[in-house]
Amino acid sequence: MEAYISLFVKVVFVENLALAFFLGMCTFLAVSKKIETAFGLGVAVIVVQAITVPANNLILNVFLKPGALSWLGLGETDLMFLGLISYIGVIAAMVQILEMALDRFVPALYNALGIFLPLITVNCAILGGSLFMVERDYDFGESVVYGVGSGFGWALAIVALAGLREKLKYSDVPPALQGLGISFMTAGLMSLAFMSFSGIQL
Amino acid sequence: MADKRKLVLDPLVENNPVILQTLGICSALAVTSSLEVSLIMCIALTSVIAFSNLSISLIRYQVPSSIRIIVQMVIIASLVIVVDQILRAFAYEISKTLSVFVGLIITNCIVMGRAEAYAMQNPPLASFLDGLGNGLGYSVILIGVAVIRELFGAGTLLGLEILPAVSGGGWYEPNGLLLLPPSAFFIIGGFIWILRTVKTRQREKISFQIMEAQVREHA
Repeated sequence: MEAYISLFVKVVFVENLALAFFLGMCTFLAVSKKIETAFGLGVAVIVVQAITVPANNLILNVFLKPGALSWLGLGETDLMFLGLISYIGVIAAMVQILEMALDRFVPALYNALGIFLPLITVNCAILGGSLFMVERDYDFGESVVYGVGSGFGWALAIVALAGLREKLKYSDVPPALQGLGISFMTAGLMSLAFMSFSGIQL
Repeated sequence: MADKRKLVLDPLVENNPVILQTLGICSALAVTSSLEVSLIMCIALTSVIAFSNLSISLIRYQVPSSIRIIVQMVIIASLVIVVDQILRAFAYEISKTLSVFVGLIITNCIVMGRAEAYAMQNPPLASFLDGLGNGLGYSVILIGVAVIRELFGAGTLLGLEILPAVSGGGWYEPNGLLLLPPSAFFIIGGFIWILRTVKTRQREKISFQIMEAQVREHA
């Protein structure tokens, strides 16, 4: 249990997907104008991440790893090279299923998330989460924690940036730095702040 | 001929995908702490985007528009797998350093964006050149950031010593901040500042209003 809590804290703060690995930056900068939309997107990312990372973990262990297909009598087969295409397929399918399920059962949330839900397929944070899970060889329990934690960290970062950008409206930004430029600078400062968590061991 | 040249050269400064369209920033920030790794990344991305544009343009009349995103995804993912396998075979150390970022070319918005915005409507050769141009536009930014970070952060370029560091008996005190991830944000922010000071046409009118168009482009 302790290992799981430690992993959770580590992925939320120390290895924040957005601010330490720069994943999902396009959406991170494009959708952080308002706190409400940022929050909606953050929730969507948490949900999708919590589903796809464990799902990809199962795909990896049941189908792709060398020797994983021994239940089919194909003990030696190594399908690792199909990894990338399977993960992105799982992500696209999961997002599609989630979209249909939300539309059917929770229309309020579906409307709130709107365009962001399909966009999540091409969010690098989602694919990045699955790839880190593969690289670090997490087991199923760890991958659940990693999925939830990394989604939560990303959501935290985007909501915080949106809050900062709303306040920025009142500041006098040089014209050439307006918009995108100043968002980069702000994100850089946030990233510096998050670095102060590094080295924390639980 | 002139318009072909324009296809390749336009994305370099006039319509740079990273700075002007906010596309493909993720990897631009993460791999730039050393020039060698950045160069490999640039070559990988440019070849993926050029060939994905070419192949998507070749089959653009055969693909029903309702499933085009999936088809594009499959083509791009296959190309990335090829690049990944080549890197693992011939440059294993660098592929370790790049870790997940080669795989993340799949979700790099420049690749999807150009496939969707250009290759679906244009003939193969023009699409190929457009892909090449946008890949190079991305490379210009990436190499620029990497040169600044490696030169001033470690005093080296491609591992060769340019500014002799104090620790090795030289005079240059390396700026450690530049090797840390946040510096990439500041450098790209600075690039945007310089470019938009020179080219006033690229400025954003009212803050926090611009991103609408780009959100649609991603979809």
